Amino acid sequence: MSGTLKPAVSDADHAVGPADAPITLVEYGDFQCAHCALAHHRITAIQERFGDRLRFVFRNFPLAEVHPEAFHAAEAAECVAAYAGSAAYWKMHDLLFEHQQDDLDALDDAHLAGYATEAGADAEQVSRALATDAFEEKVRTDFMSGVRSGVNGTPTFFINGVRHDGDWSTVATFAADLERAII
Amino acid sequence: MTATTNVLPAGSPAPAFSLPVTANQRVSLADFKGQTVILAFYPADWSPVCGDQMALYNELIGEFRKHGAVLLGASVDGPWCHGAFAEARKLHFPLLSDFEPKGAVARSYGAYRKEEGTSERALFVIDGTGTIRWSYKSPIGVNPGADGILEALESMNGAQP
Repeated sequence: MSGTLKPAVSDADHAVGPADAPITLVEYGDFQCAHCALAHHRITAIQERFGDRLRFVFRNFPLAEVHPEAFHAAEAAECVAAYAGSAAYWKMHDLLFEHQQDDLDALDDAHLAGYATEAGADAEQVSRALATDAFEEKVRTDFMSGVRSGVNGTPTFFINGVRHDGDWSTVATFAADLERAII
Repeated sequence: MTATTNVLPAGSPAPAFSLPVTANQRVSLADFKGQTVILAFYPADWSPVCGDQMALYNELIGEFRKHGAVLLGASVDGPWCHGAFAEARKLHFPLLSDFEPKGAVARSYGAYRKEEGTSERALFVIDGTGTIRWSYKSPIGVNPGADGILEALESMNGAQP
């Protein structure tokens, strides 16, 4: 409804691109959501096209009832960020979307630990974090911030803090909407 | 934020209803006396926007419960259709079947679309005395999210958003 990002992007977020970029694109996404996997490809192209003019931020919005592995996937990504840093987080983020549809068990805990290793993190640390729900609070906080911001499904995008209700499924239309945000 | 033209606005008494949720089970507004009820009309089971909207609310049942509120979905689909939809989407709240006479409850809330023969995408928060405390009609193709519901529940409980 309100469609305004709350809270604004801060150091607590996973961000790639300059903090003073004219466009900040925030995605609320779910690592088990097929639409989000499609959006991931579009965003990769958008990032190439916009370069330093774009800062991209990802926040967790796992719809756990329909995507039973989405919550653990989000926790695993948070764990990678906490222990192995931002570059590893983004690698993990990409791996999750790229492998999401590999098989029915592509996002089970064993695979999550495997992607974490590939991203440069410690698989055991991730397994332990999943077993102890160490990052549940962080994921839940992201989720509720999305609800407060008017997220209504996944993915939901915010361009410079305003919910984007337009079409993101083609690079051309998405890019045009992003360009319009600068004017 | 406020209700648009035709849905019953805040302050109106909530029209009573008793509707099937399964082939042999009914739910009435009176069943929830003393409790807050979130009544979410949506146009149809299975349509993509509705699916996302109900999937979102499904995740928030615990959050609504913290505010002492129960969630009821409602559309003109029959109980068998609701059953299949709820099972496929793993929905953990009742879906009311406003099926016969078709859309009668939606009409009583000012939330019926005659041309399409479906309910509007309309939200109502009803307090324990049966008074509507907040209502909202969303454009039919737009998923209204849940922030408006949570803000309404908070203002009823006197909490800060």
